[in-house]
Amino acid sequence: MTAYDPIELKRIRWRSRRGLLELDLVLERFFAQRFDSLSPAEIDAYKRILDLPDTDFLDVVNGKADLDDPEEAAIIEILRAV
Amino acid sequence: MRAALQLSEAGLKTAVLSKVFPTRSHTVAAQGGVSASLGNSEEDHWTWHMYDTVKGSDWLGDQDAIEFMCREAPKVVTELEHYGMPFDRNADGTIYQRPFGGHMSNFGEKPVRRACAAADRTGHAMLHALYQRNVRANTHFFVEWMALDLIRDADGNVQGVIAMEMETSEIVVFQAKATLFATGGAGRIYASSTNAFINTGDGLGMAARAGIPLEDMEFWQFHPTGVAGAGVLITEGVRGEGGILRNSAGERFMERYAPNAKDLASRDVVSRAMVTEINEGRGCGPNKDHVLLDITHLDPEVIMSKLPGIREISIKFAGVDPIKAPIPVVPTCHYQMGGIPTNYHGEVVVDGKPVNGFYAAGECACASVHGANRLGTNSLLDLLVFGKSSANSMIDFIKAQPLELPELATADVERSVARVERLNKQTNGVAVNDARTAMQRTMQAHCGVFRFKDMLAEGVEKILEVEKMVQQTEISDKSSVFNMARIEALELENLIEVAKATMISANARTESRGAHVRDDAPDTPETPNGRDDANWLKHTLWSRDGNRLQYKPVNLQPLTVDTIALKTRSY
Ligand SMILES: Cc1cc2nc3c(=O)[nH]c(=O)nc-3n(C[C@H](O)[C@H](O)[C@H](O)COP(=O)(O)OP(=O)(O)OC[C@H]3O[C@@H](n4cnc5c(N)ncnc54)[C@H](O)[C@@H]3O)c2cc1C
Repeated sequence: MTAYDPIELKRIRWRSRRGLLELDLVLERFFAQRFDSLSPAEIDAYKRILDLPDTDFLDVVNGKADLDDPEEAAIIEILRAV
Repeated sequence: MRAALQLSEAGLKTAVLSKVFPTRSHTVAAQGGVSASLGNSEEDHWTWHMYDTVKGSDWLGDQDAIEFMCREAPKVVTELEHYGMPFDRNADGTIYQRPFGGHMSNFGEKPVRRACAAADRTGHAMLHALYQRNVRANTHFFVEWMALDLIRDADGNVQGVIAMEMETSEIVVFQAKATLFATGGAGRIYASSTNAFINTGDGLGMAARAGIPLEDMEFWQFHPTGVAGAGVLITEGVRGEGGILRNSAGERFMERYAPNAKDLASRDVVSRAMVTEINEGRGCGPNKDHVLLDITHLDPEVIMSKLPGIREISIKFAGVDPIKAPIPVVPTCHYQMGGIPTNYHGEVVVDGKPVNGFYAAGECACASVHGANRLGTNSLLDLLVFGKSSANSMIDFIKAQPLELPELATADVERSVARVERLNKQTNGVAVNDARTAMQRTMQAHCGVFRFKDMLAEGVEKILEVEKMVQQTEISDKSSVFNMARIEALELENLIEVAKATMISANARTESRGAHVRDDAPDTPETPNGRDDANWLKHTLWSRDGNRLQYKPVNLQPLTVDTIALKTRSY
């Protein structure tokens, strides 16, 4: 992985603790399996997704809604697959 | 946030500390609604709501607090509406209400529509409405701050908290004239829990370490079928569609426990059968710790059309497609009835007296309105009613205090700092994950939805062993910035207090009541449902110091109406 601010990475890790169990479980796997191989641009996209309210975030992960931004949508595809 | 709003609007300087952004609190998970006898859809009355709550609590709830909550309910829900909560509405513009389990009209006669909801996002909408309103009222939010310990002076008065800023690991004292805990539940003490990872009972751990007893911790609500290892709920509708529970031999074991209703027996019968199978060695998986919910015999078309969400959950969280293989399930912890003992003013009460400057509300508190069993939708109501009432008590208390803050007592601060230091310096210690897994497995196996005398006694020994592991946790990451390992180790130190309180209180209570059901306290004509009012109509108080148990009477005296007399709880 190319250099990404390590402090920012740790902040992202903590912000991936959510209010909904389903998201915690999905994101835990995402970090175990996929996060380390993301590019900085992909991490940026993931960071933007983290700003979603939990309920919207879960709807997107569950395929009940989609995100318009192609970079964010690509991350969501990964989350749907883990 | 309900309390903070009341305080800020009264012109007080109010700081809210939260581990996560406030609208990402676990309340966001609440979908069902919040109860209030508004009577918008049909006749309803707070006295009926009160009756249902007392009965639901299996008479362990304090009737003064329950009356207060049910009487206040329409007011606090209407206030929330004025704060901008987007409740579902009737054609005439009033709040739409729907029925919810256990809420009845005319003292238990028939279901009544009492739950107010905002689509399936009630908790989310509530958090947002309260957050926005707090911002307007200039509440100061300290986001991503973790409170570590309570500060009490030599006389026991509470002076504030010690907290850690997650971004820097800096430890700071927040001195305050009044301190409120609204830190939520501790469902993560169990291996299978519907609670998000953040529900680590920090407020309970802090209170316990500060010498405050915890009340009625043996009472936890469970749901029979959560995905084993994940906790995500599988609705009971799956059994309605023909789902069959099987043990490791593939046997449809419900035929033995409920020859007529079989897999459609009531929640408690199903949970109890599942636990009995697991305990007798017929559980599935490498740890023999769950059973299987089989729908492979159903037409795939039916599964796709009637249970699509369940198929998704099963694939995602159990790793099995239920069309092809059965789903691993286990009774799953959902809600904590006990907590920090308070009265209905939200004041924390020890030895019959309020602790100066200390308040608690929400799932971490025990007022006690839920007693031995909570009714659905009463917990969001609890947050609103007791959030508000504790803030009103705080305002009165603060006004009576001298303007200047008293001198800070440093003993607790030093103890707290030493606790973090111990963790930072630990070598040859125990991995946090190992200690947490040991705790969760012990709680699930020995103190789950259905309890056995010998298992409980053994569980007490085991959890005290696990405590020793927790005292020696070691983290390899010693860095300062957003150190999740350190945070999780500190959270575990809170969870273990709750786990001990639960196990020890449950072991001692030799009756069955509400959510605490024991094999050796069965349903007999002399003791219906195994409840023993002669000996156990009382609240448990567990103290950390020496794991001491004390008891206090249930308040059967409401504020303005007659006592709701003891009866067998049956629906
Ligand atoms: C899946 C699910 C569905 C539910 N549905 C309903 C329903 O429909 N109706 C109903 O009435 N109830 C429902 N409940 C129960 C209800 O949601 C909870 O009881 C309630 O939301 C708890 O709210 P709380 O404010 O006490 O705690 P939380 O919402 O958990 O908030 C706790 C807050 O304290 C903060 N905090 C914790 N520890 C610390 C610390 N050490 N330092 C700083 N901050 C800290 C957290 O960051 C968080 O902001 C449901 C529960 C679950 C699990």
